[in-house]
Amino acid sequence: MHLRSFRRVFALAAPLVLVPALLAAQSYPSQQDPRSGLKPGRLDAGVAAQNMRLVAAAPKPAEFDTARGLTFINSDLAFSDKYVYQGNFAGFTVWDVSEPKAPKVVSVVACITAQGDPSVYGNLLFISAEGRGNRNDCAKGGVQDPKDHMAGVRIYDVANPAAPRLIKNVQTCKGSHTHTIVPDPKDKGVIYVYVSGNQGARPDSELAGCKEGTDPADETNSLYRLDVIRVPLANPEQAEVVTGARIFTGLEPAPHAAGRPERRASPTGPRNCHDVTAYPAMNLLAGACASHGLLVDISNPLQPKRLDAVADTNFSLWHTAVFSNDGKRVVFTDEWGGGTGPMCQATSMLEMGGNTVLTIEKGKYTQHAYFKIPAAQTAEENCVSHNGGLIPVPGRDIMVQGWYQGGVSVMEFTDPDHPRELAYFDRGPIDAPAAPGDTTRRFGTIGGSWGAYWWNGLIYSSELDRGFDILELVPSDLLSANELEAAKLVRFAQYNPQSQPKIEWPAAFPVVRAYLDQLVRGNGLAARRTTAIAQALDAAEQQSGAKRRAALQKLAAAVKKDAKGAADSQRVEAMAAAITALAKAAK
Amino acid sequence: MTSVRRPALAVTAALAALALLLARPAAAQGHDSAHGHHMAHTPITIPAGAGYTAADVEFMQGMIAHHGQAIYMSRLAAGRQADARVQRLATKIDQSQVAEIRIMQEWLARRGQAVPDTSAWRDMHMPGMLTAAELDALAAAAGTAFDRAYLELMIRHHEGALLMVKDLFATAGAAQEVDANVFANDVVSVQTAEIGAMRALLAQLPPTGK
Repeated sequence: MHLRSFRRVFALAAPLVLVPALLAAQSYPSQQDPRSGLKPGRLDAGVAAQNMRLVAAAPKPAEFDTARGLTFINSDLAFSDKYVYQGNFAGFTVWDVSEPKAPKVVSVVACITAQGDPSVYGNLLFISAEGRGNRNDCAKGGVQDPKDHMAGVRIYDVANPAAPRLIKNVQTCKGSHTHTIVPDPKDKGVIYVYVSGNQGARPDSELAGCKEGTDPADETNSLYRLDVIRVPLANPEQAEVVTGARIFTGLEPAPHAAGRPERRASPTGPRNCHDVTAYPAMNLLAGACASHGLLVDISNPLQPKRLDAVADTNFSLWHTAVFSNDGKRVVFTDEWGGGTGPMCQATSMLEMGGNTVLTIEKGKYTQHAYFKIPAAQTAEENCVSHNGGLIPVPGRDIMVQGWYQGGVSVMEFTDPDHPRELAYFDRGPIDAPAAPGDTTRRFGTIGGSWGAYWWNGLIYSSELDRGFDILELVPSDLLSANELEAAKLVRFAQYNPQSQPKIEWPAAFPVVRAYLDQLVRGNGLAARRTTAIAQALDAAEQQSGAKRRAALQKLAAAVKKDAKGAADSQRVEAMAAAITALAKAAK
Repeated sequence: MTSVRRPALAVTAALAALALLLARPAAAQGHDSAHGHHMAHTPITIPAGAGYTAADVEFMQGMIAHHGQAIYMSRLAAGRQADARVQRLATKIDQSQVAEIRIMQEWLARRGQAVPDTSAWRDMHMPGMLTAAELDALAAAAGTAFDRAYLELMIRHHEGALLMVKDLFATAGAAQEVDANVFANDVVSVQTAEIGAMRALLAQLPPTGK
């Protein structure tokens, strides 16, 4: 499989870089891909899958299944123990996934709240509210009195997931399109919620202190800042906005054309982020902020400091980010077409609406390749790269993500210059194509995967229109059974994709064998040695206690020697470390 | 407070004038032509209990026309020896706004409102849009002269779209309906960023002339 990727052939120096055409020789998106030409249908669409299988597909609860358009679409996911919280533009659903073949609805909360992105922390659930139609009391009917308008973050108590209780509506000047949880590094009783709001600022008459200004340097301007809510966990009703971090200052592009008289131009730099992804263990934040991708130091969560920013005119709207586990790479997505446009058609620009991989060195970004799903989708399928998270395979950087009606795709970015697809699951369009000459179609159903995430062994995908999907990766030559088994050993109690946890692998045979499989696949170590190591591992597994420990210690020492002169010495060393850990754990 | 001419009358005029349009050469249709066609005026009817307002309908109808002209401008780039970066941007604006027009048309159709087609721009004038003379000048330009004219006019065109959103948001009760709200916010995010990119590109192009 050869996927589209290319090196950038120029320096990324200026805040805004214009990219020359580099894609002339590409033949994507392909109409030969099995995902192209699938039968349309809402619940009976054709399916194409590679290295992945559907475990369960649960429809939306009846409360949210009453209209097309965006009013009742599902949004993002948050994970806690056996529960998955699924946001919806009109509330949220709590799923019990303890039996993945048959997910059960635990509760449905009807509460008009666009776009309803959820995060869970302890017993608290946070829900993003943006737009002009959400009310404090959750009811339908729109905002008649500005005092009833809710834009910000709703906080629920979900100690009993069967009966969530609204504790507080935290109002913010720009509402909350998305939000990100950052725990206080010193005080376990406090978390911060970074709020990204896409809308303009509300008037002071509606919410005191808010101001929609045009001067980015104006400290009283509600735009051009990242709002921070402080939440005392013991008293969540006291949650409030405590600061606005001015992480955008200085990102304005050239205000006037060279050689022309200067004219006062409206600012066009980012005034907000669409989404920020925190990696608290690394004190880093990747901000996907309209025209720029930001790198921010959050050692002090109340004083985020921008380290770097990149721009790329091949990106329409920097949308979201995922760090590699070592914090040395970031994948940014571009939401060209806003998620409602069909931007993966055979004629769609390849350089727009996909992912890009950046490396981080000494607090600075370097941009590498792009990736877009290789399958041509139809004009009926809203499609662009969207939300995802890491799959914890040791030794490789792999993520799963939703592409709306482009389906769910698994991408490897271990080599930042050659990202590639490892697996996918896709359905045909929800709507049948328009009849020839029909220019006034009434459907235009917006659907597909909002986000797809690995959670304790399976992939969970939030389908905007169809409901909730659970998927499982199937071993293949691209991803071995040992690698998947190693990934399944990683367990978290809670998971919010926008607040990335650090992955640590337990001492276990599948972890060692995952590295070994990778060395075999990539010819990273001589076949004679990989065969011998495999046999030694099998033999050690048959033993127990001191004998196993001794056998593994001996093997680890031999593998350390193998590293010298191996084609992939780093991976051999990582395998040696995993064998040493296994030896220590032997009882 | 920005002053935006309400498109309602012009929309109905545009719809009624469609048959006429087919027979008329594009260049003959200036931005004021809508006002020469005071045809049957169908007022916008909002059903009781609807989550949207007349301002939302007018916004969608007007923005279809606005986008239609941007697409027309962008398609001029091919065959005019445009700079590769300008051509790429023009293709992006073309593909982006074609998709957005469809979303707006579907929004209107689902609500039983009048749906302007992609040629509506020839009979409607919205903020930032080009006059017939400006369009003729753009169509007659080539090379760097085209690049500069396209970028300068498209910046103005985009700024006009931002004014239309601002006007929508300044209307009491408007843009509460979630599809309209999300769409209008997206217009701001995308076109603001594109204005920045176009200004930067303009600064990198050689001056007009040789």
